[in-house]
Amino acid sequence: MRHRLMLTVALACAGLALWTFAAQAQQGEQQHRPAAPPAGDAATRGQALFAESCASCHGTDARGVASRGPSLRGVGAASIDFYLRTGRMPLSRPGIEPQRAKPVYSRAQIDDLIAYLTGLDGRGPAIPRVNPAAGDIELGRQLFTDSCSGCHQIVAQGGIAPGLVAPPLDNSTPTEIGEAIRVGPYLMPRFGERQLDAHDVDSIARYVNEVGQHPPNAGGWGIGNVGPIPEGMVAWLLAGTALLLVARVIGERAS
Amino acid sequence: MSRLLRMLTDLALARGVLRARHPPPEPEDHADPTRYDAGAPAWAELALVVLLLLCGACFAAFAVLLALAGDTQLLGATAGGGLALLAAALVLAGLRVAPRETAVEPREDAPEPEETAEDERLLGAVADGVSRRRLILGAAGIAGTGAILAAAAPVTALGPSARVLDESPWRRGVVLVDEEDAPVLADDLEVGAFITAFPRGADKRELGSPVVVVRVRPDELELPAARRTWAPEGLLAYSKICTHAGCAVSLFRYPTYEPGSSPPALACPCHYSTFDVRRAAAVVVGPAGRPLPQLPLAIDAQRQLVAGGPLSGSVGPAWWGTRRS
Repeated sequence: MRHRLMLTVALACAGLALWTFAAQAQQGEQQHRPAAPPAGDAATRGQALFAESCASCHGTDARGVASRGPSLRGVGAASIDFYLRTGRMPLSRPGIEPQRAKPVYSRAQIDDLIAYLTGLDGRGPAIPRVNPAAGDIELGRQLFTDSCSGCHQIVAQGGIAPGLVAPPLDNSTPTEIGEAIRVGPYLMPRFGERQLDAHDVDSIARYVNEVGQHPPNAGGWGIGNVGPIPEGMVAWLLAGTALLLVARVIGERAS
Repeated sequence: MSRLLRMLTDLALARGVLRARHPPPEPEDHADPTRYDAGAPAWAELALVVLLLLCGACFAAFAVLLALAGDTQLLGATAGGGLALLAAALVLAGLRVAPRETAVEPREDAPEPEETAEDERLLGAVADGVSRRRLILGAAGIAGTGAILAAAAPVTALGPSARVLDESPWRRGVVLVDEEDAPVLADDLEVGAFITAFPRGADKRELGSPVVVVRVRPDELELPAARRTWAPEGLLAYSKICTHAGCAVSLFRYPTYEPGSSPPALACPCHYSTFDVRRAAAVVVGPAGRPLPQLPLAIDAQRQLVAGGPLSGSVGPAWWGTRRS
């Protein structure tokens, strides 16, 4: 009798656990897999997507919700595109720092959302056309040193500052770099056309691409690209040990 | 232990191939017992020639690559390979090819007794008149003078305070320029932007020169009443030199959406002193003891940024006697 009671309780517990797990999984699915695009023009499809995943924090009319999310009126296509294509939005809950992640929306869905939101208010920076090949790498180095390296470090590997984490730019595409400069996402300052023009942005993107993402390893072994200290360590520890061993092997005591 | 180690290294490095059997068989009929020349084995001489040829080929390839400005890694491999082959050739020549000779260098003959006596006489003449007491007293005197001088040196720092920290090129009407001496226009900066500016015509490397200009929304300013007019259109300028250790304050954060993220601030990368730009650079966190000096700004008829007066305080780290905000 007692055994049967215990079995029932155990089964009930297992059932409850499974149900909560399934419910959570379903919730996760809902958040990460938006429904199939409804019919209609881009703005209508965008509105449907917005109502589904963005409106809880940014408001049904995209004017923001107090202390949950900012208004998206007039933020510009560059801002919307940057946050969505780098997976920083949607956030799993309001108030956390947006971080780079796998994008939730497809390119077409992002375009729909941009069409909807820029239709509400067309102000704000458009998606910049960035062409690193047209940039000047020396100018890029200088501008990156002046305006970016304080937080992102001179080799674009990111860093920390009080109250924020500056991300590494390893995976940033030229367009994303241009958008971040114009938009100033999260805690980053923003730089307008008058402060950094299109050529400046091209140059910065080229610098990030050639120095930060593909550092020139003339020797074939960058050893982390952190400068002369690991090189000295390798020379002293590896080469020095090898030299000692060779001396030991070929040397001979005088008799 | 050491014998075990030696056996292991011998085994691992096949030392027996390189080295002649130890001890070398002494040729009994040799005229000179210090010299041993068993004659190099033919394979060793051949190997030596091959190694030297390969070494020459490596250096020739290096020269060709260098002339062609070729691949850096190939350059390194040919130069390093040439040197390694040369070393291998030298090792082989030393161990198996060159004849061995045991040389003894005798000491010089001991000096004659009368010369020693002469040296002793000279030494005695030098030491004459220096007693142990005088030597100790003299040494103590020199040491004491040094100690007194060392103790007195800091006193020279107690003079008038270093006024250089209060000097700055900023005066009313001085135009703000960027690094290329172009005037900074008010419209260059959007809300949330920052730029480093200098006084026109002054030395940019001077401690009092660099300021960081930021723009915030005018309605979010919380400046003290006396500084209300110092930030036209939300443009603020502060000295770029941290008041803690004198580093360049090069970090600026400006939130897109303030609830849930940090408020706007300037921060120093050295020790993370953080200054609230909206409240006259008050220290939010970090080791800095006082706010960054503020530069009153004005906008002239050409929309250029100009200084509305001197900096509000002394620039740079807090020194004795110059610690005022």
